[in-house]
Amino acid sequence: MRRMLFVLPLLIFAGVAYTQCAGCPEEELDGGCENPEPCGDCFILSLTAEDAPNDAGGNIEIAWTVATTDAIPDSMLLERLDSSGEWIPISTLSPIDGSKTDANLIDGSEYSYRIVPFYSGNAETASEAVSSIPQKQWMHTGRIGMLITLVIISIVIFYYIDQGKRGKDLYIRRIAGLTAVEDAVGRATEMGRPVLYIPGIMDMDDIQTIASMVILGRVAIKTAEYGSPLLVPTCRSVVMSVAQEIVKESYLQVGRPDAYNRESINYITDDQFGYAAGVDGIMVREKPAAIFMLGTFYAESLILAETGRSVGAIQIAGTAMPSQIPFFIAACDYTLIGEELFAASAYLSKEPKLLGSLRGQDMAKLFFMIVIVIGVLSATLGQVWEPVAKIADFLKTITTVE
Amino acid sequence: MSWTFVGIWLGALLSLSLYSFLYKDNPFYKFAEHLFVGMSAGYWVIYNIKNVLIPNWWNNLVPAEGGFQPIWLIPGTLALFMLLRIVPKLSSLSRMSLSLIVGTGAGLSLTAMLQTNALAQVNGTIIALGQGGDLLSWISNIIIVTGVVCGLVYFFFSKAHTGVVGGAANIGITILMVAFGASFGYTVMARISLLIGQTQFLLFEWLPTMGIHL
Repeated sequence: MRRMLFVLPLLIFAGVAYTQCAGCPEEELDGGCENPEPCGDCFILSLTAEDAPNDAGGNIEIAWTVATTDAIPDSMLLERLDSSGEWIPISTLSPIDGSKTDANLIDGSEYSYRIVPFYSGNAETASEAVSSIPQKQWMHTGRIGMLITLVIISIVIFYYIDQGKRGKDLYIRRIAGLTAVEDAVGRATEMGRPVLYIPGIMDMDDIQTIASMVILGRVAIKTAEYGSPLLVPTCRSVVMSVAQEIVKESYLQVGRPDAYNRESINYITDDQFGYAAGVDGIMVREKPAAIFMLGTFYAESLILAETGRSVGAIQIAGTAMPSQIPFFIAACDYTLIGEELFAASAYLSKEPKLLGSLRGQDMAKLFFMIVIVIGVLSATLGQVWEPVAKIADFLKTITTVE
Repeated sequence: MSWTFVGIWLGALLSLSLYSFLYKDNPFYKFAEHLFVGMSAGYWVIYNIKNVLIPNWWNNLVPAEGGFQPIWLIPGTLALFMLLRIVPKLSSLSRMSLSLIVGTGAGLSLTAMLQTNALAQVNGTIIALGQGGDLLSWISNIIIVTGVVCGLVYFFFSKAHTGVVGGAANIGITILMVAFGASFGYTVMARISLLIGQTQFLLFEWLPTMGIHL
């Protein structure tokens, strides 16, 4: 019984000590807690500030972890030391682990950060300050795989362009939609109706619009040769300017500058459905015999294709927009699917340079096919024999782009 | 008469004018079309001035905090070259601006296209055929891998589609057509919902203004 009386005060003392240290991190509990609850700076277990990787500078990434205790602050304030030596708040944080990027900083200048926990509206002791210097990186390490792939593909393409220039016969398979171009223009000539060329609704910074402009050049050569009027309503003013230049060039090329009519290549509006309404009006009034819809299209694709069909025109469409291809397939006579649009310029012109480029792209596709097959086989076999899975992991790593 | 009332009537009459195109081209459609095209063209002119020209060029040329940044005269000059297209003797200057736009567009698209249309697709296709464990997962994974590889074969232009290549290309285009069919059905559903929305507007907002309640 006397022994029990001796133990009782010890138990009470231990209980009080535990209660006082409840808000402290585990490592401090081992060494004895010096901070009674609320804990203040001991709540922040770690705070780091590092220059944001792979960026154009001006960013610091701040990350923090907090203790799992009962003494959780109501909120926390992330502060930055300004040039006058004062801590200025930059963000209110939830009292959980997290990270934040401080942006729009000056490269080469040192920035310090700390976190101040708030208990019942009162600031407690702030965490230790950490510092970092933002810098820009010239090389994005997450894109090295892409760089290597791009260099390999470029070398292959340049090699085949060179082969084409040297006169090597570069075969290109028949593309149904493109063999019909001449027939379509010829039909328009016979019927005495115009050819309508719609280059999509995007601007000249879109690769499909650029491809469309190259094809427009070839179509314009045909219309100039056959003497058919060519109408090109555009959705962007810059596209109109480029189209005018290209068509003018084509008419000059076949010795028909007199037949070039600048007014037939006009701007309608930037608005998607305003453009669709305007082009629909042109279709029903001008009744073109051949309609080309080549470029980037969105929801207006079916509206245009259906109206074109209703006026009895032969329609050749092409886009790389997966969601719009079904509408063109349903409503047009010929549809260039995806990459066929990009192959069209080489197909129509038969220029060695473009044919060489196309052959190079085919080699790139073959390379990707081989990568896929090797990757899938190694990943599948890797499920039963782990070392093989490393091949798949490697291939996934080099094809990952951040 | 409130502005809401005017808005409902304008919306209804213009909707009906545009729908009249389903019958044939007529003066009502022409009016709605010209109004739409004219207003949207005017809207985009102002939009581009306020949201592109002023914030991206003018505010950089003459910053609010004072000073003058002559470097911004370069894009200004290139823009002026574009406007010079209306002067026949100087119109060729616009080619400099156009070539810059096309070249920049193509260059920027190069990496984006390679990333999204090539590497991301290859990365997503490298899967273990047994991933998922059950029989359906096996079938699904085999369809994905076969579809991608055969689809690529279809877009191979340097080889005639005969023999093994032709067979693979046929599988590729078949899978593509199945995907297009699904996409077609999905999008038609979305268009029908737009039609329902506009019909509801006419029936439940416009007709009640004439005392007709359905």
